[in-house]
Amino acid sequence: MTEDIPLRRLALNDLHLALGARLVPFAGYEMPVQYMAGVMQEHLHTRAAAGLFDVSHMGQVILWPKAGMDRLALALEALVPADVAGLKPGRQRYGLFTDTRGGTLDDLMVANCQTHFLVVVNAACKAADLAHMRAHLSPVAEVTEVTDRALLALQGPLSEAALARLLPDVARMRFMDVTTQVWQGQEIWVSRSGYSGEDGFELSLPETHAQAFAGALLAMPEVAPAGLGARDSLRLEAGLCLYGHDIDTITSPAEAGLGWAIQPVRRAGGARAGGFPGADRILRELADGPSRLRVGLRPEGRAPMREGTALFHGGARVGTVTSGGFGPSVGAPIAMGYVPRALAGPGTLLQGEVRSRHMPVAVSALPFRPTGYKR
Amino acid sequence: MKYTEDHEWLRVEGDLVVVGITEHAATQLGDVVFVELPEVEAMVARGDEVVVIESVKAASDILAPVDGEIIEVNDALADNPRLVNDDPLGAAWFFKIRVDDLSVLDDFMDEDEYEEMIA
Repeated sequence: MTEDIPLRRLALNDLHLALGARLVPFAGYEMPVQYMAGVMQEHLHTRAAAGLFDVSHMGQVILWPKAGMDRLALALEALVPADVAGLKPGRQRYGLFTDTRGGTLDDLMVANCQTHFLVVVNAACKAADLAHMRAHLSPVAEVTEVTDRALLALQGPLSEAALARLLPDVARMRFMDVTTQVWQGQEIWVSRSGYSGEDGFELSLPETHAQAFAGALLAMPEVAPAGLGARDSLRLEAGLCLYGHDIDTITSPAEAGLGWAIQPVRRAGGARAGGFPGADRILRELADGPSRLRVGLRPEGRAPMREGTALFHGGARVGTVTSGGFGPSVGAPIAMGYVPRALAGPGTLLQGEVRSRHMPVAVSALPFRPTGYKR
Repeated sequence: MKYTEDHEWLRVEGDLVVVGITEHAATQLGDVVFVELPEVEAMVARGDEVVVIESVKAASDILAPVDGEIIEVNDALADNPRLVNDDPLGAAWFFKIRVDDLSVLDDFMDEDEYEEMIA
């Protein structure tokens, strides 16, 4: 089935190959999962200095207002339970597309770029998200997929020092700021954000100039290439959800512990409370507490508990691991999963079934490591 | 040294066969973070899953290349799974197995044949 669909190559494919990348199919693209250094070193380098990730597979969508930014913001609020109308120009916010049952269709970043909104969505959900936005926003927006721009993420504590050599103004940005910078006559859309738990930037730039720009960054001593493998272990240590694994159409934002992405103005008693798909369930769960919650998990042995690992308490099946592996910076296996609210307190001891054996695993606070955002 | 299609190496040591994985396999696996070894004295059959190796990315099984009894396992791997990446052909052997007849090794590839397979 899927093997009949040709994989799309990234604009930076030649650079990845020159860097010794191992390419794997992911969401319809040939993606670098790791380079010569390997997942562990790429992860640790990103935590210590700066890692450069090619995330061009993600969907970049521009919403051009047809009847003003205010009306567009309100229309977007009918799809996303976040405070979009209150998002100031030059700022970005994390959000979710919810469905009528209160499940999650995708997670996203939305940026107010003054003249338009820029929405960045997951690669695997791109087509569905575009259809969803076109179906609901067309009266107030022209929904345009950006198809000629690469998307790079520079992550890690030395990201600012490295990037500022090319784009000096980024040093003035703080977490979740967005700006447009110019490099060699080309517009680069910069946000100070990422998916690693570290300070860092995400950079949308013309594919025609992506190789030169990435090359300039990689020539700096702080910067090393990092692949999807390190991206996954970094986000897991940071307690960040991966769509299709930790969140999906079954899980509500409240269950996922993403209530922080639903600002008070959209909650019961707020000026624009509700009005998004699944608001009944989601607002009720936010007020009363959902029956189950996403938690961090620390296996007590050395064996990782991967996605799908069954969780037990007192001999009864109580939940499932949704993401799990080894945390290179934690130096031990880590995981996330869903358990009943009564068992969600940090320190609660559960068992995870690994190769038919029940192994102890403790509920842990998230994130597993403190984050390094420059607020 | 003999090699299997599953990227194991087999080395005869007295009447035992020492089993590990090749450098090629270790590189493919990536950073190894956990190794689970079989029980000593376990009787295993060719094709049984006897070792679990977990890398940062995923879990892989190592299959018993021959029928026999597990005589010794390399406990150093439990504390230092990284050995599989650092010294796959030496310090990171997995187990020693006693076979009835060492001639079963004749069926496996020699180094040239293995190098050709992975080329």
